[in-house]
Amino acid sequence: MSAAAVNGGPLLEVEDLVVRYRVPRGLSGAILRRPERFVHAVSAVSLAVRRGEMVALVGESGCGKTTTAQAILRLVQADSGSVRFDDTEVTTLPSDELRRLRRRMQIIYQDPYESLDPRFRVSETVSEPLVIHGVGSRAERRHAVAHALERVGLAPAELFVDRFPHELSGGQRQRVAIAASLVLEPDLLVADEPVSMLDVSVRAGILAILDGLRDRGLAVLMITHDLSTAARFADRICVMYLGRIVEEGPAREVIESPRHPYTQALLSVVPRRDPRRRVEPQILRGETPNPIDVPSGCRFHPRCPLFASGEAARLGIEERCRSDDLALHDVAPEHRAACHAL
Amino acid sequence: MTQPLLEVEDLNVWFDLPNGGQLHAVQGVSFAVPTGARLGMVGESGCGKTTTILALMGLLPPTASVSGRVLFDGVDVLEGGEETVAPYRWKDISMIFQGAMNAFDPVKRIGEQIVEPMELHGSASGREAAARVRELLETVGIPPERAKSYPHELSGGMRQRAAIAMALACSPRVLLADEPTTALDVMVQAQILELLMYLSNELGLALVFVTHDLPIVAQTCTHAAVMYAGKIVEQGPIDDLYHGARHPYTRLLWAATPDLESRDDVVSIPGVPPRLDVELRGCPFAARCDMTAERCTVERPELQVVGDGHVSACHFATTLEVVA
Amino acid sequence: MSPVQPGVSTPDEAPETRSLAVRALASPVLRNKSALVALGVLGFFVFLAIAGPLLIDGDPKAKVGDVFEPPSREFPLGTDGGGASMVAMLIAGARVSLLIGFCAAAISALIGGTVGILSGFFGGKTDTALMRITDYFLVIPDVPLMIVIAALFGRSTWNIIVIIGIIYWTFTARLLRAQTKSVRERVYVQRARALGATNSRLVVRHVLPQVTPLLIANTVLLIAYAIFAETFITFLGLGDPSTISWGRLIQNAFIDDAIINNAWWAIIPPGLCVMFVVLACTIIGQSIEDALNPRLRTGHLSVRRFRVLPRAAQPEQPGS
Repeated sequence: MSAAAVNGGPLLEVEDLVVRYRVPRGLSGAILRRPERFVHAVSAVSLAVRRGEMVALVGESGCGKTTTAQAILRLVQADSGSVRFDDTEVTTLPSDELRRLRRRMQIIYQDPYESLDPRFRVSETVSEPLVIHGVGSRAERRHAVAHALERVGLAPAELFVDRFPHELSGGQRQRVAIAASLVLEPDLLVADEPVSMLDVSVRAGILAILDGLRDRGLAVLMITHDLSTAARFADRICVMYLGRIVEEGPAREVIESPRHPYTQALLSVVPRRDPRRRVEPQILRGETPNPIDVPSGCRFHPRCPLFASGEAARLGIEERCRSDDLALHDVAPEHRAACHAL
Repeated sequence: MTQPLLEVEDLNVWFDLPNGGQLHAVQGVSFAVPTGARLGMVGESGCGKTTTILALMGLLPPTASVSGRVLFDGVDVLEGGEETVAPYRWKDISMIFQGAMNAFDPVKRIGEQIVEPMELHGSASGREAAARVRELLETVGIPPERAKSYPHELSGGMRQRAAIAMALACSPRVLLADEPTTALDVMVQAQILELLMYLSNELGLALVFVTHDLPIVAQTCTHAAVMYAGKIVEQGPIDDLYHGARHPYTRLLWAATPDLESRDDVVSIPGVPPRLDVELRGCPFAARCDMTAERCTVERPELQVVGDGHVSACHFATTLEVVA
Repeated sequence: MSPVQPGVSTPDEAPETRSLAVRALASPVLRNKSALVALGVLGFFVFLAIAGPLLIDGDPKAKVGDVFEPPSREFPLGTDGGGASMVAMLIAGARVSLLIGFCAAAISALIGGTVGILSGFFGGKTDTALMRITDYFLVIPDVPLMIVIAALFGRSTWNIIVIIGIIYWTFTARLLRAQTKSVRERVYVQRARALGATNSRLVVRHVLPQVTPLLIANTVLLIAYAIFAETFITFLGLGDPSTISWGRLIQNAFIDDAIINNAWWAIIPPGLCVMFVVLACTIIGQSIEDALNPRLRTGHLSVRRFRVLPRAAQPEQPGS
């Protein structure tokens, strides 16, 4: 019985996570003493995932969602902040303990065509985690592999165990990748855009597997840019922009009553399925600035519709928006946003 | 009735396979695109939609054989192969390719690359061409002074706009777009779609939009054709296709697409599309369909009319319950 | 959220399951006609080398005829400056030249492969250090180095193999380093690392299988280099005096004034043998490399001309 389960607290708790990369100055920069510049990939991000919960981390490219996931798994070193997995601090863990902890946190990657070693048969790919961690005898491993394959819908398992990746479709490959991550019975699964490279007809099958895992007590952190998928499958949504979380709350609530102007704009431009459902799109001008030259104050203010329309001026918050990079605050039960207008 | 700008009649494309057989990639595809219309072509990967539009421009490799007619203003441009289609290419009918934003020459400035088709087709040169380039950049929403920029100096969204500008260089009347927004963020996608709608509405450009993303087609296109295994299985006004789908595949595709505001279950379609290098008996979708009957495995369904401008290739097209 | 049916995934029809490695190496060579011919030529010389002692009676250096006898029925390639049969000498020489070539290439491949893979996989300081060493070796002029080592350590066959081996590994190292760096970034390697795989496991199980085909292709090219190197080392007088190699045959021909005697059969045949083997190895090695690097293909740059089928000739539509 893990400490978190006893407390009833979240399995994964991230607080004020910061990841930044130094931009090389070069020789001339060093001589001329130019100020050092950083890529502010992740700036003070806090989130939590409970057992049996699926949290979707959504945002456009460059917002830092993938880097956040990598920092949580310590595939990338965080510069500051804390990542607590089952009450254990991950960021400072010694490497042998980290190795043991890694068994309980697994990751699924976006590209099913690249995440499997082309020279490994399915059985070898799925049993690799067991081999690496020295778990089970050969017979036990065979059994675990077959069980994992059946859990992901690749049944009967005998049909698949000896196949090579090139003999499988994209959807099947992704299922193999999921099976390989389940075989160690992890508590947390991080899925980085698990279906974005798959045909729409096979996406639901993969998402259903992830959905079903929650019912077995797994915590799932899904990284995606697809808001419709997040809306349908996630319990909570965290919206990221330029390294910060700007809004987070129950999925249905964030979708139906978004409070942050960025969330509102993003949702307004997601195409709906029904041709008769016309939504007035709030198309933001320009593109997301690069994470090196982050705007001062609220990072979204240069593109914020409240600024453009003059609403910010009317509310008297313009100065604060320009200078004060604020944190998330409550706007409703369990629902937080980072906006001066709220 | 005025003649449609672009009319495709019974288009077939075969590819020679290294082991000797042929892959029948496009099978008897027919559709019409009137001026100012926006036709979406949807389907999963491998269904033949990209090959179809490449055939319209004659951009097929030497291993390809085509048959059928592609009528532009009533003239069959495909008849003489490369010779007859080349004059139309980029002048009357133009294309944005998949990953177009990465198809720029990295050592030439954007302006130079947009001028290139103009000079090749002799439609403008020198000062006139430069003015036209500035005009085009403004149309697509790029500040004209960026003509001097190199591709790597522009963001992905701006490069896509530049690709559109290049496609518009010789003022075509039909624009083919192959997954123009697939690699873009949803906000940039909205900007590009807004641009394409403007080109269609204000400049009367006819648009053929190839994508696997159904909601985009639902929101931007007037008509759509659903392709499966090289054939069009359903075609018609987009509203009819959503609110009155008459082919199980169409219905399942919609059901497989999550919607932001819907709480419906999302389904997946089991199985994989059939191989295109062997002749098929019966309906190509029979193996994966949820309504397969005996007849479906032996008799191939032909496209039949089920509404005004709405056709479907299913034996049960007329008896399918309409789900509003 | 109600659970959605996971949906059972049906297996596709299974294409052949022959190991990828076999397919990667064998098929490009077998499909390329010039590579097939090259393979035949190389095979012929290897056969000569192996079967050598069976084909020659007695000592190939023995004087069996007059000095510089022209080709005749008895001596198809005449005799050399010592009256020995050229054919016998060539066959004996094949043995030594090919042996030196293969061994030296193997040493080069081993050193270069190790340096390249370690450098590419670990990066950082290891990479910098190893590449610095590689650069030093690259800069040293090969022939003077060979002369110095031969002078210092004596002129034995083994020394020659070592000399050639330690000169030519640098190119392999760079090639393997680049390839290893690229493989290291592949998602499945990252995945294995995220799982907690040790470096040795990553290298042996994931990197090595991917870089080995390239290493093999490169080794074949190295054989060509090595054989040629042996030839000119020996020609320069640094070769083992007790062995016969093709280089020695050429050297002998010069020492014995074959040119003045118009004895072309003493000079040209050994040169041709070296040329054929080097050419054969080069063609085979390059065909494997071409197959491994799809970007070298240029077929797509040809003028596109698709075929339009005339109405009458259109194939029958598949019947319903």
